[in-house]
Amino acid sequence: MIGIVNYGIGNLQSVKNSLDFLNIPNAIINKPEEINNFDKIILPGVGAFGAAMEKLNSLGFAGEIKKFASENKPILGICLGMQLLFDEGYEHGRHKGLGLVEGKVLPFNEKVKDLPLPQIGWNNITKENISPLLENVESNSSFYFVHSFYCEPEEKYIVAANSDYGIKFASIIHKKNIFGCQFHPEKSQSAGLQILKNFNDL
Amino acid sequence: MTKRRLIPVLYIKNGFIVRSEGFSYHHNIGNVVAEAGRYNGWDVDELIYIDISREKNYDLRRDDYNVNSYDSIGSIINEISKVCFMPLTFGGGIRTIDDVSFRIQNGADKITLNTGAFENPKLIKQAAEKYGSQAVVISIDYRLIDGQPIVFTNFGQKNTGKSVYNWIKECENLGAGEILLNSIDRDGKANGYDIEIINKVVDSTKLPVIACGGAGSPEDFVELAQKTNVSAIAAGNIFHFTELSYPRAKMLLKKEGLNFR
Repeated sequence: MIGIVNYGIGNLQSVKNSLDFLNIPNAIINKPEEINNFDKIILPGVGAFGAAMEKLNSLGFAGEIKKFASENKPILGICLGMQLLFDEGYEHGRHKGLGLVEGKVLPFNEKVKDLPLPQIGWNNITKENISPLLENVESNSSFYFVHSFYCEPEEKYIVAANSDYGIKFASIIHKKNIFGCQFHPEKSQSAGLQILKNFNDL
Repeated sequence: MTKRRLIPVLYIKNGFIVRSEGFSYHHNIGNVVAEAGRYNGWDVDELIYIDISREKNYDLRRDDYNVNSYDSIGSIINEISKVCFMPLTFGGGIRTIDDVSFRIQNGADKITLNTGAFENPKLIKQAAEKYGSQAVVISIDYRLIDGQPIVFTNFGQKNTGKSVYNWIKECENLGAGEILLNSIDRDGKANGYDIEIINKVVDSTKLPVIACGGAGSPEDFVELAQKTNVSAIAAGNIFHFTELSYPRAKMLLKKEGLNFR
């Protein structure tokens, strides 16, 4: 059973709708202690890094998520949820993340000129490393992105797929039981649903 | 690199999808939720719904499909988001930040503002601050007057006298995320897009422009994509009456070497 972490940020319903559509058992987690009832969790998120971390900390989710990760249970971060898995983010100042993945979350605007920000729309992924999340997903598939910041992992081997928006950035990461997609699989038609199915099949 | 998008725009009137011509004639096409499932099956890039009901009264009971009747726009959005796994934009009749929140909480990823933004530009800022610029699409209906594109509001009935370029600049400063540009003169006419004005609009703003109004054949999409830098092409009627028109149009755009998904 997959739990969807509700920490008061973002559109949980579309993630839930896509799991329901795939007949994947799931429920929304409203209280941190409920995390233990699930064998996998999804961390969604839309908004700013600092505000989201503040919510995770003040509601008591941060500690429970780290404990869940240390028990080797799978976690999938989506969009901002993926960024929160990292050590630190630089959106409106420097903020500490969950620290489950070594690396930083950086703004596009220092590297990318002449392209609209945020990146909004469908972009391709290129597979870099083998990951079960990419099972039955063709290299060059496109996914729906909405973001102004990107993740820069310290260890390159954890990058399962890259995408290009002026610079190359990590669009899927996979480090042991920790997974992240910068795009919205729940808004990426059949290729996105396949990623969610793969996460469920782990 | 981010791809250009081809977006069906669906007009809802009292719970039904309708075909629109010149903003006044509306022909019933079918049940709003069943249609959403059909578009989802075509693997569309995005869907835009505009509610053009004059009176906020939704009746889906008179339908051939076996679905429940919905008594509000909220449940329509809710039902659509259960079968649509692509970005979903909802517009029509939005006047307050509560109207915006209501649609987003029920499953819309973005909203469009038209008359509501024109009458109360602060609404753009409020919506962008609460949900981010990416969620705020400004829908602009225009007619050419002495060769200049002028903004019309209230279902295209009211001449505001304001130039489209100036209005877009204001929207940009208030935090709008995208522009949906619709030619009233070409609505439902199937005689091609207004290439000249679309080009001028795209050059006048940093915001992504979605162009709508006038598509009669997939070749019109190709012409628009080749001759302008629009981020997205939108159309309504063409997708209703031609079988498999969406996937065929996509195939043609890609065959022409254009960057579509």
